[in-house]
Amino acid sequence: MSATCHDTQDHVELKPEFVAHADELISHYPVSKRSASLPLLHFWQETHGYISNQAVEWIAGKLGLNPIQILELVTFYPMFRQHPAGKFQIKVCRTLSCQLGGAYELREHFMKKLGITKVDEHGLGISADGKFSVEFVECLASCGTAPVIMVNDDFYEGVSHTQADELIGKYS
Amino acid sequence: MPAPAEYRLVFKHIDEPGYTNDIECYQRHGGYEQLKKAFTMKGPDIVNEVKASGLRGRGGAGFACGVKWGFIDPTKNTKPVYLICNADESEPGTFKDRQIIHKDPHQLIEGMVIACYANNVHLSYIYIRGEFPLGAKILEKAIAEAKAKNFLGKNILGSGYDLEIYVHRGAGAYICGEETGLIESLEGKRPYPRIKPPYFPAVLGLYMCPTIVNNVETLCDVKHIIAMGGANYAKIGKPNNTGTRLIGVSGDVAKPGYYEFEVGSLTLGQLINDVCGGLKNGRKLQAVIPGGSSSKVLRAGEKYKIKEKQADGSMVDKEIGLEDIPMDFDTMAAIGSMSGSGGVIVIDDSRDIVSCLANLSEFYAHESCGQCTPCREGSLWMKKITRRLADGHGRVEDVALLKSVADNIAGRTICAMGEACSWPVQSFVAKFKNEFEAKGRAGKGPAVAATNGH
Ligand SMILES: Cc1cc2nc3c(=O)[nH]c(=O)nc-3n(C[C@H](O)[C@H](O)[C@H](O)COP(=O)(O)O)c2cc1C
Ligand code: SF4
Ligand code: FES
Repeated sequence: MSATCHDTQDHVELKPEFVAHADELISHYPVSKRSASLPLLHFWQETHGYISNQAVEWIAGKLGLNPIQILELVTFYPMFRQHPAGKFQIKVCRTLSCQLGGAYELREHFMKKLGITKVDEHGLGISADGKFSVEFVECLASCGTAPVIMVNDDFYEGVSHTQADELIGKYS
Repeated sequence: MPAPAEYRLVFKHIDEPGYTNDIECYQRHGGYEQLKKAFTMKGPDIVNEVKASGLRGRGGAGFACGVKWGFIDPTKNTKPVYLICNADESEPGTFKDRQIIHKDPHQLIEGMVIACYANNVHLSYIYIRGEFPLGAKILEKAIAEAKAKNFLGKNILGSGYDLEIYVHRGAGAYICGEETGLIESLEGKRPYPRIKPPYFPAVLGLYMCPTIVNNVETLCDVKHIIAMGGANYAKIGKPNNTGTRLIGVSGDVAKPGYYEFEVGSLTLGQLINDVCGGLKNGRKLQAVIPGGSSSKVLRAGEKYKIKEKQADGSMVDKEIGLEDIPMDFDTMAAIGSMSGSGGVIVIDDSRDIVSCLANLSEFYAHESCGQCTPCREGSLWMKKITRRLADGHGRVEDVALLKSVADNIAGRTICAMGEACSWPVQSFVAKFKNEFEAKGRAGKGPAVAATNGH
C-alpha cells in the first residue's frame, strides 16, 4: 500500500550515520517500536527539511507499520510538514498573552519586511527567495516575556520590531 | 497588607548568579543527596511520605499525588509499571516547567528517579512538547550525566535497582498534554484521548500497563518531600493545599514573570499589585484568567461568597472581592474558577474583551483532536461566532447562540478539553454580557469568512 501525499522531493540517499541514529532512537522503545514514530519523523524532518513520501514509507518499513500509520501522524501533528518551508522558519506565538504583547503586529511586520503577501491553508507564508517562512504558532510557554518567537530551534523573547529587523539580518 | 515574601523551594536556585544546569553544579548544591536518602527507604514508605505531604498535582487538575500513586497496588499488580513526566506545558498562560527544564533539569531527574523507585518503575519517559527543542537537548544531556554517575541506569548506587529514562518529543499538539492523549502519542499514534473508564492510566496506561503521569513541578516537589519528610512539607501552605506553587503572570502587568509562593499565602490582589507592580501604563484592571486559559475568567469588581474557617473550627460566610482571593486550590474552586496550571493572565481596561475570548476560542478550535462531535464542531463554532462579533460582523443573537454552543459541550466529551474550551466562553459571556451584546448590536451584518492567518 502506498501513502499519498504531494511530493516534490527527489529520492534521497540515506547515509549510514542516519540509519544508525534512527536505530539508536528505536532502541529507546524496548516495548514497542511503533513508539519511535514521532522521533523518526522529527529526525527525518530535521535532516531533510520535510516529510516526503519516501520518508513515510521508509519510517513505516523501519517500524513494521503501514505507511498510513505514519502519514496520519504527519497530517495530525502541526510541526510536521509535507512541503518545504523557509530555510529559516519564523514562528510567532499567536495566543492571548502574546497577542496582548503585540504578536499580531509583529507577524505583520515580518510579513511586510520579507515581502510575503500570501499564505497557504495552514497560514504559512514563504519569502520569494525561499529563505524565510513566517507562521503563527500557539502558546510557546513563555507568556511572561511576550511577544515570543522561534526561528528554527532558536527562541527569542520580548521581540520588538527593531529586533525583528536585526533577526532577519542575522539569519540572511 | 504587602505581599508575603516568595518561598522558593523548586525555584530555589533558578536564576541564582552562577547556577548552571550541569550535574557538578547541581551536586555542589546538595543535588542527588535526596536520592541517596530515598534508597535507604522502602518504596511503599516513600509513597506514604508523599501521601502524608498532601501534595496535589501541579499539572492542572490538582489531584492528590500520593492517592494517584496508591492506585497501583504492588501486591496485586503483575504488569510492569511506567511513569511519564508530563512536560508538555502547553496550557496558554503557563510557563513554569520551562524554567525547571532549562535551568535545573537535574532537580526533575532526581525527583523522577525517586518517584520511579517508589513505584517500582524501571522504564520512564519525559514527554516534552515539540516546541522545546533546546529543553529536550538539556534533559538528554542531564540524563547522560546522571547515568555516568550511576544515579540512573543499571544497579543505581549499588541498590540493585535499574531505571532508564528517555526523552520523547511531541510535535505541536496541545491535546498531548491530556494524560491519555499523551499516552497514545507516546505509543506512536494520533493523540486521541482514551475513554475513562476503563482507560485510567493507573489501570490501562502506556502499553496497557499501569502508568503514572505527573507534571514536571509535581515530580520536583517529590524530591523536597523526601528532604523534609511528608509531615513537614504539609506544614507549608494550608491544609488540603500544601506546599508551594509556581505562578506565572503574563499580560498587562508592569512586571510579568514567574514566582513561587506558599500555597494560599497571598491574594490575587497582592500578586498583581505588589509582586507584579500593578497594571502597566497606569491602566485599570478589567479581568483576570487565574489558572491557565481554560480557567473561568474573573471580572474586576466582582464579589464572591466563600466560607472561612475560624480559629475555633467553625465556618463563617464571607464576601470577598477579586483582589482578596487567596491563591489556593480550594478557594479558587469555591469562587467558581480554578488554580489550574498556575498561569495568571491579566487583562487591563483598554482591551477589547471580546477579542480576548476570540483569541482563546481560536486556540481551542485549532487544538481539538476531533474525536467528539461537541468539541470538534462546538469549538469551531465558538471560534467563528466570537471572531465575527469581535470583527464587527456579529448580531445580538450571537451572544445567546455562543452560550448555547458552550453549554452543550461540557460533560459530553471523551476528555476534559470539552470543559477547557467551553469554560472560557461561558464565563466571558456571562460576566461581560454587555460588552458582547454591544458588539452584536454594532455588528455590520453578514458574517464574512474569518481571516486570521491560520
Ligand atoms: C486538554 C488538557 C491539557 C493538559 N495539558 C497539560 C500539560 O500541558 N501539562 C500537564 O502537566 N498537565 C496537563 N494536563 C493535565 C494532565 O492530563 C494530567 O492531569 C497531569 O499531567 C497529571 O499530573 P499531576 O497530577 O502531577 O498534575 C492537561 C489536561 C487536559 C484535559
Ligand atoms: S473532548 Fe475534544 S480534545 Fe477531548 S477527545 Fe473529544 S474531541 Fe478530542
Ligand atoms: S501566549 Fe505566547 S508564549 Fe504563551
